[in-house]
Amino acid sequence: MAAHTTSKTINIKLKIWRQESVKDAGRFEQYSLDNVLTNMSFLEMLDVLNEKLLKEGVRPVEFESDCREGICGTCSLMISGQAHGPVRGATTCQLYMRSFENNDTITIEPWRAKAFPVVRDLVTDRRAFDRIQMAGGYTGAKTGPHADANAILVPKDLADRAMDAAACIGCGACVAACPNASASLFTSAKIAQLSLLPQGHPQRKERAIRMVGQMDKEGFGSCSNLQECEAACPKKISIQNIAIMKREYLFAALAANFREGMGSADGGA
Amino acid sequence: MSKIDLKSGAPEGPLAQKWDSYKANMKLVNPANKRKYNVIVVGTGLAGASAAASLAELGYNVKAFCTHDSARRAHSIAAQGGINAAKSYPNDGDSIWRLFYDTIKGGDYRARESNVYRLAENSVKIIDQCVAQGVPFAREYSGELANRSFGGAQVSRTFYARGQTGQQLLLGAYSALMKEVDKGKVTLFPYREMLDVVMVEGKARGIITRHLHTGEIERHAADLVILCTGGYSRVYYLSTSAMNSNVTATWRAHRRGAFFGNPCYVQIHPTCIPVSGSHQAKLTLMSESLRNDGRVWVPKKKEDCKKDPSQIAEEDRDYYLERKYPSFGNLAPRDIASRAAKEVCDEGRGVGESGKAVYLDFAAAIKRDSESVVREKYGNLFDMYHEITNENPYKNPMRIYPAVHYTMGGLWVDYNLMTNLEGLFCAGEANFSDHGANRLGASALMQGLSDGYFVLPFTVTNYLGTYAQELLKKVETSHPAFEAAEQNVKDGINKMIAVGKKGKRTPSEIHRDLGNVMWEYVGMARTAEGLKVAIEKIAQLQKDFDENMLLNDDQNLNSNLQVAGRLADFLELGALMARDALAREESCGGHFRVESQDEGEAKRDDEKYAHVAAWEYKGKGAEPVRHQEELKFENVKLSVRSYK
Repeated sequence: MAAHTTSKTINIKLKIWRQESVKDAGRFEQYSLDNVLTNMSFLEMLDVLNEKLLKEGVRPVEFESDCREGICGTCSLMISGQAHGPVRGATTCQLYMRSFENNDTITIEPWRAKAFPVVRDLVTDRRAFDRIQMAGGYTGAKTGPHADANAILVPKDLADRAMDAAACIGCGACVAACPNASASLFTSAKIAQLSLLPQGHPQRKERAIRMVGQMDKEGFGSCSNLQECEAACPKKISIQNIAIMKREYLFAALAANFREGMGSADGGA
Repeated sequence: MSKIDLKSGAPEGPLAQKWDSYKANMKLVNPANKRKYNVIVVGTGLAGASAAASLAELGYNVKAFCTHDSARRAHSIAAQGGINAAKSYPNDGDSIWRLFYDTIKGGDYRARESNVYRLAENSVKIIDQCVAQGVPFAREYSGELANRSFGGAQVSRTFYARGQTGQQLLLGAYSALMKEVDKGKVTLFPYREMLDVVMVEGKARGIITRHLHTGEIERHAADLVILCTGGYSRVYYLSTSAMNSNVTATWRAHRRGAFFGNPCYVQIHPTCIPVSGSHQAKLTLMSESLRNDGRVWVPKKKEDCKKDPSQIAEEDRDYYLERKYPSFGNLAPRDIASRAAKEVCDEGRGVGESGKAVYLDFAAAIKRDSESVVREKYGNLFDMYHEITNENPYKNPMRIYPAVHYTMGGLWVDYNLMTNLEGLFCAGEANFSDHGANRLGASALMQGLSDGYFVLPFTVTNYLGTYAQELLKKVETSHPAFEAAEQNVKDGINKMIAVGKKGKRTPSEIHRDLGNVMWEYVGMARTAEGLKVAIEKIAQLQKDFDENMLLNDDQNLNSNLQVAGRLADFLELGALMARDALAREESCGGHFRVESQDEGEAKRDDEKYAHVAAWEYKGKGAEPVRHQEELKFENVKLSVRSYK
């Protein structure tokens, strides 16, 4: 009945990207790991490998993880060509070894994108996302007394759609999966959340212009509707958000160019 | 050694007016002067991000530090179920008083009345604040906010955003923080770990950090320091805390003289996914909200334990929470539900391969409300369970077991949330203040945000106003105190690296051993004898750490070096927790002394122990000193905590 009580073991080969620092050239190294329990998570398997390497005097593989329950967005591995591995709607930390077969060779790489430079091995620097967020991913409400929470009524369907977008964990799988290394899914999720909710309306034009501008400045590519991002997203964020972002951006840009007569960018949504 | 009789410093007067009275009489700093003051906030979870954003909005210059690339990844993000607030929207008799009372009672009468009342007052404002930020709380078809119930309460006062409430509240606070970063009022220092507090002329004036990627040791000066660095559950190795959660910031402050309050108060959460093997580094929580609809049971007969649960007849099942606590049933508070689970497993009625699990069964809810209703409420949690265990909880009951989840203890703070060291504040899970000996569900988020949004902006201003002139004399990082603190940090790292070249045991192995000792002897049931064993065993592990640890010597990005540095502090903390548990010869909340019970229920000793224990560090290996703060209950009557 229960797979986690009747775990079997497999032997695997790992091809892991090793790179000392951003300045150094990287290379793949091969490792073998025998008797891997299939009820281990993928990251627990790497923990086991690292303990082994440390004892053998080999520098352990640096990788990032924190909550190990799929919500902090810290873990970020390209596993045999798929961001977060073969299971849909899951982060690397939610991937289990039961997804692999005996004698499989598994390739592990960092996210590949110009805007996410490699720090060491599988660790990349994703601070570009913070700078996009900084450029308007907020409502501007200051700490202090506000109207009673129920004074703002939000229709349930809009609240649910806003929550769908807000579920983004900022892991960067969308960028890693996109052939253009576009950050459109990430950026649009925040823009969409705040355009769907009335609280986000006062600054929506400025937000769309600035966040999209920052995204371009960071060196992320453009969206060409390939939908790889949605397929790789561990939170199944919809590319509908990208459509919302494009409309928000268009309205805002038009409003900026033709201030008179285009005052209706606050409508719709 | 003379003992200090600690005082909270809460204003006199009726409970409901204390906080208003504080605010009416606090010192202010005029807007033009605020920009002359610099504040350091360490940690960017709910407490840290909300404090940093709010203080920056007031006009102070804030430096915010986190270990991640981004403030958004702090472990507050993993809180699932919800946040309590005395809004009384469901019209079911809730009030600020009742939230206050439930929290004091839930904490088994070991928290400070004044702080808890302020927390309940602030709860109402938190919801308004978060909605203004665009936090997408669950809503009814009317467009109004939805509520659900949590343990230890008979009203519905929990606000939620699916099973991701912590994520949404943290992203709200994070967005407010990034707004201030954009304005230049907050400077973010990512990838930094705080390794020491710098005290100058009796006041906290800065910190020493290590850049986790470059290994650089840095000095940062300010006019005060706020630690919002979370709890210390990972002293148990296996817990629901994140891999990088640690006690280092508060422990290093403790070494500098800050008292550690009630270290033995640990929350063991009843509904976690059971341990499956020694490779595990972390456990996963299943939200308490599941107990709204899930029924907890084990077989009545031992011989049924290995059977398929569907083959066990209704009359052969023991719904032990419903049986023992009829008025709260499956929503009994966490400490009580955890102990009850341990008890039935110790009787040999646990299920699963290890016999260390109980069932959490949704069959009745699915039959009553349909699978789609259950899916709507708990879908993501069921999916999570399925992913981890490879079992379908819509078909089979979940198997759960208690795991360490939260620490009520932390740095001792007064009513201002200031430690006994002037200018060193501590907020959120890192302090000891509001939950007594047991925290109620959905109250951690409430406390983190209350501290950050609605307490520290006032108490920090009061502190700066009080020492306005003195603090205008800026301390430079060239000050000898910074020099000495930096050297102290470097010495510690160099020593670990030197040992690491010839040692045999990895930091994770030693940490796992420490965790086993803590779980066995300082876990759900504690005895004087066992606690003494724990202290001895930890001393042996300390020896392993000091003499036989294996490390790779990379001075820049080196995860093992980080783990080792944190382990150094966990080892000392673990010993202190055992000492604290030994000194408290009563049972209260999460602290269960086997010697002090009434037919399995915790038996308090209010005569001797209605106080906070605040420990003073006396040097490595030296006996710490236990100070006390008497708890005065002027508004609630101390009674036996009954959920029957």
